[in-house]
Amino acid sequence: MRKSGPYKEPDFVTIAVRPRPSLRFRGRSFLALVLAPVVPLRDWLEDLDAVMKNSPGFFADRAILLDVSALKPSKSELKFLLAALKMRDIRIIGLEGAAPQVLDPDMPGPVSGGRAAGDIEVPDLDAMPIPVASAPQPAANSTLLIEGSLRSGQSILHTEGDVTILGSVASGAEVVAGGSIHIYGALRGRAIAGCTGNGRARIFCRKFEAELIAIDGLYKTADDLGTKFHGQPVQVNLDGDAIILKTLD
Amino acid sequence: MAKVLVVTSGKGGVGKTTSTAALGAALAHGGEKVVVIDFDVGLRNLDLVMGAERRVVFDLINVVQGDAKLNQALIRDKRMENLSLLPASQTRDKDALTEEGVARVLGELREKFDWIICDSPAGIERGATLAMRHADVAVVVTNPEVSSVRDSDRIIGLLDSKTEKAEKGERVEKHLLLTRYDPARAERGEMLKVDDVLEILSIPLIGIIPESEEVLRASNVGSPVTLNNPGSAPSKAYFDAVRRLKGETVEMTIPTDRKGLFGKLFGRRAA
Repeated sequence: MRKSGPYKEPDFVTIAVRPRPSLRFRGRSFLALVLAPVVPLRDWLEDLDAVMKNSPGFFADRAILLDVSALKPSKSELKFLLAALKMRDIRIIGLEGAAPQVLDPDMPGPVSGGRAAGDIEVPDLDAMPIPVASAPQPAANSTLLIEGSLRSGQSILHTEGDVTILGSVASGAEVVAGGSIHIYGALRGRAIAGCTGNGRARIFCRKFEAELIAIDGLYKTADDLGTKFHGQPVQVNLDGDAIILKTLD
Repeated sequence: MAKVLVVTSGKGGVGKTTSTAALGAALAHGGEKVVVIDFDVGLRNLDLVMGAERRVVFDLINVVQGDAKLNQALIRDKRMENLSLLPASQTRDKDALTEEGVARVLGELREKFDWIICDSPAGIERGATLAMRHADVAVVVTNPEVSSVRDSDRIIGLLDSKTEKAEKGERVEKHLLLTRYDPARAERGEMLKVDDVLEILSIPLIGIIPESEEVLRASNVGSPVTLNNPGSAPSKAYFDAVRRLKGETVEMTIPTDRKGLFGKLFGRRAA
């Protein structure tokens, strides 16, 4: 887990007349995910597959670095590893800890100087498999349809798009979506929309009794929301930095 | 065709063991061959409620681990010959239960009995998941209060995902049994309404058992309430539940606080 340090904009000498705006550099910080393979590599790849099976879309649209300092691979080993990751649609944006002599121009470039930033938790969907009838199809901008209800303790993670639930979401259940969340029953649990940084995502439900709602990282708990919308059909959207609730009438 | 029924709840203290004994006795009363199994290894109670605690020699763990034959461990009820009990062990813990052993024991019981009723321990750990693993039918015991309803919701989710039937793509038949229902408190709005519980859990209701001293009295004398006092209100509710379990349509009576004519005439007037 690394964070690239904020890039300081260089100070340009201002010239009185500027025909064109000068070139500007901007810093942007992403939380990068670092994969650090260990030997035996086959077991490590199996673990990786298990994570991907449980949380499809976990690696999608993430900045991913490959840390091979523990592996110390030869050129051919590194090539094999990169091919194996490419096969799994994991795009590596940089290599850490690789010796300069094993790097090829067609490989991701070397990076260094990251700071540790804690572990990213992989959601453990193993604990509660979602009903088999509604297995998600990992496709870009796909909608996941859940035909029944979510019971307490169940958790759905679908980062590629919207989630539609025909039943209710029980108290203690959780829906996390990259896009919007549509609930045709009651929302009594937690709904987290736009989790991949989509501020245009919305939450719709026919009966609002939520424990927590969140859009693009901004959240409100049942306590913050009061009782004004309790039991109403509601839509939730983001207006700048404010969560707006409206009744659907 | 034997049916495996699990009595489960998630939360402790809602009346699983009492209901297991009462349903078992009511089913046996109708002439079916019934065995009740206590899966609460380490905290066995079902033998107490059934009044067989002084007759336990071998238990479920002995049978699961092959130290005793099933016939040695089964205790036949003294009041009804078609009602048997397979007690839990008090000295071991739930780790002694093995998946294969439980499957083998249930397979043997299926050949001898019409109904196999598993009294699940509280919680969602190993003991509870093994108790529900082979179930065809589940009775989810719930009290009309929020924590019990939430735990029942969790258990229903597990019944839909962790049971053998669910893994084969089939469905475990699920029924809701509302226990310890206090009509006086319900009328004062101090308890969840029946409709609210049904809306949250959305599984069919097979009975509402009123909170009653009769239930406690029966378990203290070691007799299922349906045997001890068949005419009492909770017993009637259990008998109705059993009829619904067998597929009959019986009108649901919600216990009320209203006194009869006699009570109205001679009862104390509210100040």
